[in-house]
Amino acid sequence: MTENTNPQVPENAGQPGKIQDHFELFQTDTYQDLFAYKRQFEGAHDPELITQTAEWTKTWEYREKNFEREALTINPAKACQPLGSLFVASGFEGTLPYSHGSQGCVAYFRTHLTRNYKEPFQAVSSSMTEDAAVFGGLNNMKQGLQNSYELYKPKMIALCTTCMAEVIGDDIGSYVTTTKNEGMIPEDLPVPAAHTPSFVGSHITGYDNMLVSILKTLTKDKKAEATNGKFNFNLGFDPYVGNIREMKRILGLFGIDYTILSDNSDTFDSPNTGEFKMYNGLTTLEEAGDSINAEGTFFFQKYTTPKTQELITKEWDQKTYNFRPFGIKGTDEFLMALSAITGKAIPQELQDERGRAVDAMTDSQAWIHGKRVALYGDPDHVFGITQFLLEMGAEPVHIVVTNSNPDFEAELREVLTNSPYGQEATIWGKKDLWHLRSLMFTEPVDLLIGNSYGKYLWRDTKTPLVRIGYPIFDRHHMHRYATLGYQGAINQFNWIVNTILDELDRQTNIPAKTDISFDLIR
Amino acid sequence: MSTVEERKALVQEVLEAYPAKAKKSRSKHLNVTEENASDCGVKSNKKSVPGVMTTRGCAYAGAKGVVWGPVKDMIHLSHGPVGCGYYSWSGRRNYYVGTTGVDTFGTMQFTSDFQERDIVFGGDKKLTKLLKEVDELFPLSQGTTIESECPVGLIGDDIEAVAKKHAKETNKPVVPVRCEGFRGVSQSLGHHIANDTVRDWVLPKADEYRKLPEGFEPGPYDVNIIGDYNIGGDAWPSRRLLEAIGLRVICQFSGDGTFNEVVMTPLAKMNLIHCYRSMNYICRFMEEKYEIPWLEYNFFGPSQIAKSLRKIAAQFDETIQAKAEQVIAEHQERMDQIVEKYRSRLEGKEVMMMVGGLRPRHVIPAFEDLGMKVIGTGYEFGHGDDYKRTADYVGEGTVIYDDVSGFEFEELAKQMKPDLIAAGIKEKYVFQKMALPFRQMHSWDYSGPYHGYEGFEVFARDMDMAINNPTWGLVQAPWQD
Repeated sequence: MTENTNPQVPENAGQPGKIQDHFELFQTDTYQDLFAYKRQFEGAHDPELITQTAEWTKTWEYREKNFEREALTINPAKACQPLGSLFVASGFEGTLPYSHGSQGCVAYFRTHLTRNYKEPFQAVSSSMTEDAAVFGGLNNMKQGLQNSYELYKPKMIALCTTCMAEVIGDDIGSYVTTTKNEGMIPEDLPVPAAHTPSFVGSHITGYDNMLVSILKTLTKDKKAEATNGKFNFNLGFDPYVGNIREMKRILGLFGIDYTILSDNSDTFDSPNTGEFKMYNGLTTLEEAGDSINAEGTFFFQKYTTPKTQELITKEWDQKTYNFRPFGIKGTDEFLMALSAITGKAIPQELQDERGRAVDAMTDSQAWIHGKRVALYGDPDHVFGITQFLLEMGAEPVHIVVTNSNPDFEAELREVLTNSPYGQEATIWGKKDLWHLRSLMFTEPVDLLIGNSYGKYLWRDTKTPLVRIGYPIFDRHHMHRYATLGYQGAINQFNWIVNTILDELDRQTNIPAKTDISFDLIR
Repeated sequence: MSTVEERKALVQEVLEAYPAKAKKSRSKHLNVTEENASDCGVKSNKKSVPGVMTTRGCAYAGAKGVVWGPVKDMIHLSHGPVGCGYYSWSGRRNYYVGTTGVDTFGTMQFTSDFQERDIVFGGDKKLTKLLKEVDELFPLSQGTTIESECPVGLIGDDIEAVAKKHAKETNKPVVPVRCEGFRGVSQSLGHHIANDTVRDWVLPKADEYRKLPEGFEPGPYDVNIIGDYNIGGDAWPSRRLLEAIGLRVICQFSGDGTFNEVVMTPLAKMNLIHCYRSMNYICRFMEEKYEIPWLEYNFFGPSQIAKSLRKIAAQFDETIQAKAEQVIAEHQERMDQIVEKYRSRLEGKEVMMMVGGLRPRHVIPAFEDLGMKVIGTGYEFGHGDDYKRTADYVGEGTVIYDDVSGFEFEELAKQMKPDLIAAGIKEKYVFQKMALPFRQMHSWDYSGPYHGYEGFEVFARDMDMAINNPTWGLVQAPWQD
């Protein structure tokens, strides 16, 4: 036994105005001693063994064991369906997202979205408990719909399910009908209802299921003889509100009449006016209803929205297009197609922006050419970044997509095969960030691109992290920027190159040792 | 009208928006404290009304997120579909010391990621295989807890049998926690369920599992810190104080705690409990089974810290009592400085609070130390005994709201116009859009610690930062009236 250290007041005491919070306080001798003293009660392992084991987790042997996993998932890069459902629903005018099932889920969804955007996110639950597990959730839904309608006065309630409701087999469609028949909510209140079990797919699946249901509900009996001359645009589960705004700016420059399905840019970035406004979805229900009469619909995340695209192609008999306007070539292809389809010329302003973006990339390209990169995220998200990396001469090496699918992998593999910079790449479908840890230790890279959860990989492997994705909890305001179009290319490039330069400074800042290369001009 | 009458009228007005049935239910959860009331006069721990936007979570959140999750050297498996573990991953700032992924696992997410086939055919086989994989990849882990999510309880899996078998084969603890989200009415039942698993699956084998520190002899001053989750490091200044008055803390359960500390608990002479709501169950059990008394304390703000230190010391001998007085005296000057500095900036400011199961009462005196006044408070998942205890903390005219809905909270705040709202992340930006200063009282808004003397300094600084934030003066554009 070590004797009680009888810990003293930490060193700051007595210094007026100096307050130490967790960043400093726990580094003081007082607390370092306290931790050392506490350790003897912890039943902790020998520090030597811990070091050895830590080193072992970095080896090929560990990697092989790690990749033999069949049942255990560690640090996955995917969420569950309802998150995507709430996300897409919130872009429609006056829409209250509603999660039917246990109530804890909706607390988690709201928390997650709120932490990413630092914006309020309002959604309700049926608050089902054990009795509902036995008798079904009809009563909960009836009351839930009535209460939420009366209190929050939505123009639409977008209902999705939790896994509890799915396992007990609640018939949500007929429950909604019953609620209406009993006069608890108005007959004409749109209540799209989507099945979104968490044990199928991921958040992108839930996005698709909810959007299908919303569009089916709102476009019912709205098919007209003639088209309305507009085009629909869907960005998928794209966390950047800047992308929707950039898209609208581009369409404005073209002079194209459009509907964004769904426009949640204000939902996740509303002005502070001193007044809380609950609904900020910008896609009006009327526009959404009329989207069935558009000339065509553009999808930017084909692997997020296969069912929506099928609905629009087959049932609406509308032309649909898949583009990824990310990076230079991706944006070029999109703008050329947009010009060809609409018969409008590519605006000079965008042509100038292209020139500036290419110019900027050329200025910094030498710092990124040949850099080995690991990245992860949703299929289309990863696709866009990979294309962009290849056109800058960076080499994607480890591409982890937990919510992958074979079609996506085949399409991306072709792109990689056809690029001289894609030869080292492996697409790791259905793998998680603990697999990625092994990959990064055994086959190191220069750069990691991912969401905030990547910071644990940054800490362990010391690989600099560029935060692009969802969620980003530990950096502010990233979601306000565009990653789309030429402007987005500049933004992404800026993040990437300056992360590399910051890291170079960190590696060259020891006086008389590494600071030979601590250059002022880079 | 008196304040009480005015506020009662306000509560009635807010309730008017509800349909009849919901109004009837909700009316029992809202009240205004009258003079010398011995109770807050609200119902609690009842089912949330569907559709009203409760802030509550579920039993899983209580068991995994609160009670078991912070035990740092065990692997806590979110058993079922991927979402629950994903959303709760690293969400609670339970600080710990350790090498993550090697001997500690607090900021990792382990899930069985149920697919449709697992729902159809059951997940027990997958769980069996999964536990083997855990042992292979994390040999230094000190055991596993299995937190079951909604589907597991609905499809009839027998996680207890799997746990028992694996524990027997490996001689390592495997604790099945039946915390499906539909159980109970809030996080609270999850706390209870998790406490019960300590009683049923851990303590009976405590002697077998326990690794005593070298040369350890039980002593008269051995205590456990129970129910401090070490948010932003809270438990450490608390531990420092207890050690400074001469006690020996042999376990922190669960913030920065280990499995060994959990099995050390029966050796203590007293359980010192901070969060009564989430951990009273195990304290009561240990009192009954091992005759270990328990004592609630409050380490928010210098007044309560001094009061609590004296209360704790009174359970021990004069040496401890003398040291407690010495420790209180040592900090007095510094606390006076802090109060002097911040009180002038915060005097008379009014606060509305809404937090989980402890802070809605425990933090009130810390605000009062700064000259502030709590005009409304309520719990997400408190019970009757919490509201009873709250009556000792609140003054006449305080509005009490249990399981407050989004609508109620917004309407009350609009009318009562507090200078600060102290609640959770889901509420934060709603009120900030109303230009109302706000601090998160679950996560300390990424600051902390708030417990102990050092914690109070940070608390005072943070409340001042929120209220006297210059950007509030920018909300109104100069060309608006």
